Amino acid sequence: MNGLKKNSEKGAMPNAIEIENFNAWYGSFQALKNINIGMEKQQVTSFIGPSGCGKSTLLRWINRINETVPTARTEGAIRVNDSNVLDRTVDPVALRRRVGMVFQKPNPFPKSIYENVAFGVRLHMKVSRAEVDEIVEWSLRKASIWDEVKDRLKSSALSLSGGQQQRLCIARALALAPEVLLMDEPCSALDPIATTKIEDLIHTLRERYTVVIVTHNMQQATRVSDYTAYMYLGELIEFGETEQLFTAPKDQRTEDYITGKFG
Amino acid sequence: MSKKKSHMPEILSDPEKHAAATRPEKQRNRNNRIFRGFCVGAAFSSVGMLVLLILTLLGLGVGELTKTFLSNPPDPDPAQAGFFPAIMGSIWLLVLVPLLALPAGVATAIMLEEFTPRKPVLKRIHSLLQLNITNLAGVPSVVYGIIGLTIFVSMFGFAGKSGESMVEWGIRSFDQFYSETDQVLLVPVDGPHAPEAVLTEGLEALTTSGEKVRIHVIGEDAPWPEDEELSLRTLRDYDTPGRVHDRSWYYFRVPFGRGILTGALTLMLVILPVIIIATQEALRAVPYSLREAGWGLGLSRWQTVWRVVFPSALPTVMTGTILAISRAIGEAAPLLMIAGIVFITNPPGNIMDDFTAMPLQIYNWAQRPQQEFHDLAASGIVVLLTILLCFNAIAIIIRNRSNKALS
Repeated sequence: MNGLKKNSEKGAMPNAIEIENFNAWYGSFQALKNINIGMEKQQVTSFIGPSGCGKSTLLRWINRINETVPTARTEGAIRVNDSNVLDRTVDPVALRRRVGMVFQKPNPFPKSIYENVAFGVRLHMKVSRAEVDEIVEWSLRKASIWDEVKDRLKSSALSLSGGQQQRLCIARALALAPEVLLMDEPCSALDPIATTKIEDLIHTLRERYTVVIVTHNMQQATRVSDYTAYMYLGELIEFGETEQLFTAPKDQRTEDYITGKFG
Repeated sequence: MSKKKSHMPEILSDPEKHAAATRPEKQRNRNNRIFRGFCVGAAFSSVGMLVLLILTLLGLGVGELTKTFLSNPPDPDPAQAGFFPAIMGSIWLLVLVPLLALPAGVATAIMLEEFTPRKPVLKRIHSLLQLNITNLAGVPSVVYGIIGLTIFVSMFGFAGKSGESMVEWGIRSFDQFYSETDQVLLVPVDGPHAPEAVLTEGLEALTTSGEKVRIHVIGEDAPWPEDEELSLRTLRDYDTPGRVHDRSWYYFRVPFGRGILTGALTLMLVILPVIIIATQEALRAVPYSLREAGWGLGLSRWQTVWRVVFPSALPTVMTGTILAISRAIGEAAPLLMIAGIVFITNPPGNIMDDFTAMPLQIYNWAQRPQQEFHDLAASGIVVLLTILLCFNAIAIIIRNRSNKALS
């Protein structure tokens, strides 16, 4: 699996996401402090750090889903392919079509497997039935779940196992052809086999998508990501190529964390 | 965690002390049995009461449960008295009340749960509304009868006296003449309060069969025409009409008066807080992750609520609504304020029509001195319960269908 990770184009791609002087608060609590980071196109960037370090908050601001939290507010800029998503003129609904998200707990809609994928497609696009069929099949194949569900597309998504549900959620996000895919601890509720499948899937996704993943699992970060960022108490401590960050961290705090001295 | 105690507490480490302090399982098992027995007993006694009630009612009421009872209007003679207008009145309510209460209740609950405001002033209003609704759920239903009386029946008196109507649609008024040969002639007039039609030669009129004729007017002493065709449309110049009204099925008027719409609106008020609270609970039970799924997929707030959250809450909403409507249909108190005990022989023909409902008719019969009427009341209760059970069964089947499609 390690062989797959190395991408010869590393460093050659422009940034898909640029975060500049970004601060975020919940009420009077500052959750993120002056974050500056750029994430390359068609690369997997993972965020690691102890609980409460703000990595999920950062991820959830990239598609602005965090603005549903009543007390949340921000300063600074997050640019996805050169448009500042925090700009008031940016419609969050349109933004979330461009920036897909997969959550910690699999959360398929209580609808059929087919409907779970087709639902978002129909809401965003005018498409014929045949086109929807095509998109659904493509997305389910892309999320490597097609073979498991192709004979029971009409049955409820809730009848699937946790790992299958999570891949269905990925398929659902892919069906909108997003530019960026955000994953918030996508494997934390899954067993090791299901986790392996999702990790393999992430490898194939990077051929087309920019993936940002938040994880508690450092092994997972080394397995799936090209770049890793270490966050602590709302600050970005270190950011670099995954191999370099885990083998030769520049910051003492990063070293303490990855060697298990704390956290 | 920092202060680590190196010694295990003696009561845990010493086997003898540990054994002495352990509570005997026997006692716990006995308590368990007693409590279970109490719960089973309570459950069976409530079911037993229900069975007893139904058996008593059946014993009293089944004898009167004849075809005459189901198809006749009420009558001073108990042998001829029937339940038909009351049954139809209640069925009208059974259709109208959910139609009015569900949209209003669900919309309110969605506003309160899913569109919680962030501005301090609006937050205040929001919590005030919430407090109000919770309190309203505890208001006795007879109070809603008074509200219905002031608001819907007379509209605070702003829209004229309660008996009269300010605006009306779907009504045709006629001046009705009786000729010497008992022929009925209807002269259309502009409205219910239009001035009386003036008899002139050639005035257009309708016969009872709906045929258009022109009236022939003759003087007091003139001989009655012999021509049969002419005789049918002849009136004497001193004939005076009576005003009659023909209301179509869509007849509507303001203020609403004491019609079935007022009854339904009042019952809506009775059950609205219950539906709102049930819907709120149902919406709260939908996991937050499902809302995030919707938002993450680029659904607007409204789309998320309507296409994702509400469908998941629907079975619970239905359960609450079914219970609330069952209660509303059995209510007599608020309807008593609206409709009163009136002698109604026809089922309602439009939503403004006077009506009676099953609980009202039962109440009417039960307060009479004769035993025969008490038996009629028992039969009425059997019919009321049967219709309620049928409604519940249908609603539950629909709910389970939609539930199956979801999960």
